[in-house]
Amino acid sequence: MATSTSEAVAVEGREPWDVERIREDFPVLRQTVHGKPLVYLDNAATAQKPLAVIDAERNFYLRDNANVHRGVHALSERATRAYEEVRTKVQRLLNAREAREIVFVRGTTEAINLVAATYGRKNVQAGDEILISAMEHHSNIVPWQMLCEEKGARLRVAPINDRGELMLDEYEKLLGSRVKLVAVTHVSNVLGTINPLPEIVALAHQRGIPVLVDGAQAAPHLKVDVQQIDCDFYAFSSHKVFGPTGIGALYGKARLLEAMPPYQGGGDMISSVTFEKTLYNVIPYKFEAGTPNIAATIGLGAAIDYLERIGLERIARQERELLVYATESLSRIPGLRIIGTAREKAAVISFVMDGIHPHDIGTVLDQEGVAIRTGHHCAQPLMEWFGIPATARASFAFYNTQEEVETLVRSIEKVKEIFQ
Amino acid sequence: MPDLSGLYQEVILDHSKRPRNFRVLPDASQQADGYNPLCGDKVKLYLRLEGDRISDISFQGAGCAISTASASILTETVKGKTRAEADALFDAFHALVTGQPLPGDQHPPLGKLAVFSGVSEFPVRVKCATLAWHTLKSALRGGSEVVSTEGSGDEDLAAR
Repeated sequence: MATSTSEAVAVEGREPWDVERIREDFPVLRQTVHGKPLVYLDNAATAQKPLAVIDAERNFYLRDNANVHRGVHALSERATRAYEEVRTKVQRLLNAREAREIVFVRGTTEAINLVAATYGRKNVQAGDEILISAMEHHSNIVPWQMLCEEKGARLRVAPINDRGELMLDEYEKLLGSRVKLVAVTHVSNVLGTINPLPEIVALAHQRGIPVLVDGAQAAPHLKVDVQQIDCDFYAFSSHKVFGPTGIGALYGKARLLEAMPPYQGGGDMISSVTFEKTLYNVIPYKFEAGTPNIAATIGLGAAIDYLERIGLERIARQERELLVYATESLSRIPGLRIIGTAREKAAVISFVMDGIHPHDIGTVLDQEGVAIRTGHHCAQPLMEWFGIPATARASFAFYNTQEEVETLVRSIEKVKEIFQ
Repeated sequence: MPDLSGLYQEVILDHSKRPRNFRVLPDASQQADGYNPLCGDKVKLYLRLEGDRISDISFQGAGCAISTASASILTETVKGKTRAEADALFDAFHALVTGQPLPGDQHPPLGKLAVFSGVSEFPVRVKCATLAWHTLKSALRGGSEVVSTEGSGDEDLAAR
């Protein structure tokens, strides 16, 4: 039913882009909701999973299930090898220097909490400051607030302009001598803004301040290169890059990770334990106490393989076309205003409509089979900055089509009919 | 299949666009704030109690069509009612929108409130409809804390 977003773009050494073929990899997309074909535009909340990911998890339980880093038996060796291979895949995905710089966590939220609880507790003292931006998700606000409260430190916020772009000059002014860490998002989950990370990091590093990047919304859309960005920490979630929920990764520069105290205590994070003293394991295991989510990690590995097979550059190009088309189409609707018009944007469009609450938009769209997110998107301070209680948000993935954008537009017309 | 026209009935759309009793009540004897942290809806109720009777009531706030219409129709419905009558209406309304109607002889006539019957087909919207009613309960108790839909007992129906 859907047509290709861009007909047969021949890419060197690759098959032409065939969105219908790609959609076949995602069984969940083949369904109707309230009698209408599902149009899934809530990818920024969580992305759908290709069969390759679903099969990988299933096959792990069918054939290889054993605990990792423990047994000498064949299954445990297989499980351990598969688990550690994914660490190497994540290293490659982020272009980290070494695999031991990749720590498996439950997701971006846990990654940020890990840094706050270890690096933060050790290095932030009373009177110090942590600098974030006005467009952060609650998960890159609250862990720092908790740390500041504990330490008597202060949370500072770099402002954004009307387009939803970080004001670099204001940011630079806030980089005072008391700032111990900058924590900033790569891509805003509400505005779609892509932050100029190399500049943000360089300005902080000139003053010796490390930078943590929340990459939850960037990893599915962009080719991330932590060495080029030169950030000190980078966090992302598997479920937003078409992998399973419950797993994610924290990248940290080896030098920093080694100097950090452990996160949680337990098995696997130790090298020896007596009742008097425990010696901690080397990185990254020092931060991975307890049996991890092995099956989901294997699933994440399959998701990375899948993404690399399609090609992150092609994904970025397809999504850019969708973003341009959707932005133009939505902009033509009278009374609709797009929130977040940064010059560098990922395929996320937040919008509000005159006199119609986002919640009501969401309900009507759902009846048309169109899944979007409505609400504050875990970014209440950002909503306040724009003076709105909530937005409606359509967020795209490479499996979305121009026809789906058209369905979105038609459904919004229906919203207007009801509430006129 | 849930029916949109059952949810957004004319009366509801009318009250959401032109809410009644939408003002501050200068001589209110009680007031209370309600907040839905999941969608940002806010409502503030003002009541004037004379003895046991709600002699006047008004509201302010911002929210979706369902929550605005619910607050508006609430003010029309409970004006002139006693505390006990308002409590009974709360129960009847809650039963209606959660799709668990009370037996006929156990609830007062719903009147205009019946237009909210379609809400029960949309579980994520139940809290939009009940926000003003939870706030009314708080105001009648003389509560000073902001009523949150979280902890209202409707949270399994959270619209996240």
